[in-house]
Amino acid sequence: MEAAIVCHSLVKRYGDITAVDRLDLEVPAGSLFGFLGPNGAGKTTTIRLLTGLSWPTSGRAVVAGLDPARGDIQLRRRISHQDQQSKLYGWMNGRELLEFVGRLFGFRGPDLRSRVDEALEKTGLVEAAGRRVAGYSGGMRQRLNLAQALMNRPQVLFLDEPASSLDPAGRHDILDLLADLRGQVTVFMSSHILEDVEKVCDRVGIIDRGRLVADATMAELQARFAEPVFAIELEPGQAAAEADLIAVLGQSALIGGIGHDGVALRVAVNDASRAGPEILRILATSGVHVARFERLRPSLEDVFLRLVPSQRPRGAHR
Amino acid sequence: MRGFAVLLKKEITEQWRTGRLPVVGVIFLLFGLASPVLAKYTPDIVKLAASSIDIHVPTPTIKDAVDQLIKNLNQVGVLTAILLAMGSVAGEKESGTAAFVLVKPVGRFAFLAAKFTGLALTMAAAVLLGGLAAYIYTDLLFAPLSVLGFGAACLVILLGLLEIVAVTFLGSTLVRSSIPAAAIGLVAVVVAGIVSSLPQVGHFTPFGLNELASDLALQQVGTGWDWPVIANAGFVVVAMAAGWLVFRRQEL
Repeated sequence: MEAAIVCHSLVKRYGDITAVDRLDLEVPAGSLFGFLGPNGAGKTTTIRLLTGLSWPTSGRAVVAGLDPARGDIQLRRRISHQDQQSKLYGWMNGRELLEFVGRLFGFRGPDLRSRVDEALEKTGLVEAAGRRVAGYSGGMRQRLNLAQALMNRPQVLFLDEPASSLDPAGRHDILDLLADLRGQVTVFMSSHILEDVEKVCDRVGIIDRGRLVADATMAELQARFAEPVFAIELEPGQAAAEADLIAVLGQSALIGGIGHDGVALRVAVNDASRAGPEILRILATSGVHVARFERLRPSLEDVFLRLVPSQRPRGAHR
Repeated sequence: MRGFAVLLKKEITEQWRTGRLPVVGVIFLLFGLASPVLAKYTPDIVKLAASSIDIHVPTPTIKDAVDQLIKNLNQVGVLTAILLAMGSVAGEKESGTAAFVLVKPVGRFAFLAAKFTGLALTMAAAVLLGGLAAYIYTDLLFAPLSVLGFGAACLVILLGLLEIVAVTFLGSTLVRSSIPAAAIGLVAVVVAGIVSSLPQVGHFTPFGLNELASDLALQQVGTGWDWPVIANAGFVVVAMAAGWLVFRRQEL
């Protein structure tokens, strides 16, 4: 698939501090890319480099076919940016702000009105459209910020923490909206809310201290970081059968150890590809009633914590 | 100049909605009204206040009214110019709205030009209001002034104030918050004040234009006014160009 965003050894230094360190990245067109990292890891700096608000010290990026460092107006027609830190113009009302953005893109008349109405509708701000932005709650402001980013129907949409201020229902709506963009828009989304990224993103990049430490699909990450452990949960009332099962499993050379987490048996193995079928065969022949059998997969949070240990000092990076 | 018209409309609307334009207009209007009144009645007030002392106070003239106006508009104008321009660019950088706008298909020159034009129009409207009030009251209390001469004087006063706006605007472009930008403007005012008292070069400063403004209003202008005007206007252009050179590659 064609890449909408490509970074070649992108470096950004501020004096002695390296905010982005030899970043190599490819984001396929039409995908939802989650960009994760601890505070100061370089997420915002990367987005600024990719949107042309900042320039790399070395290396090169290509976004929607153009180099953001060249300050090309054409690129700015093809992309949008929702910046969590932007306060917007509080003296405008919601509709006025969207009309202002639309006019900056050159939209006029019925086209402008339909785009404004569509953006308000999509972000659930129709009723608040006439209110001054200064009176908006944090969540409403975040919705408006997303609405303005949708005005030009961009090829590439950069989102910085798009749902951090929203309540659960609001987050659900926005994530649904982003999921609907799949295949039409390339979404590059930085977030601290790993659950959101896990829910909507096809691909995840994890950055730490300016360096990309992971770049893969969710399935690839889960497979790579999956522990060789199987969970077996039996239907209730089979204590004796469970004891027999543990005894049989214990005799297999493929099984390294068996524990119990209070709900299910946790069977540690040395070689998951060979042990899986063996365990299934034992379950089939033992006559127990199985409620659940699965290879334990790590959540995105598990992967994140393994790649980015929280004990690391972080003061030196933006 | 891509996006200039949209941005200028936004600037003017912002000046109005945030109350800056009406407030500045009313302040200039009041100072415009007060200037000929003060010039006319200050001698009477002084005589009343010091009735036991024999003080000779000259009879006020139309020149006193014009000079009072120029002095007042300069004082309030300088303060207003700094207050209006200090956050113009720095405030938008600080709040993230500069990045919000400049990630869209808008030229950075258009962004700066719209901001400066918006400030200039606010100052022009204020000087117009103050000048109009002063013209009417000078006519009532002294004698009518030449419309053309007085209009030219107001333009010269405006030029002086735009220089303060321009240098504070340049400061606002250089830094990321309003206070240092205001400090740059204030330092420029102090320097201009010192230089304006020097012979030969004093006329080339914003405050050096005061004498010219007075002469224009009273239709007493002689020769040699062109270079100070050109130099002061050139200073505005240079300050804007410097701001543009800094801002065009500034990271947001």
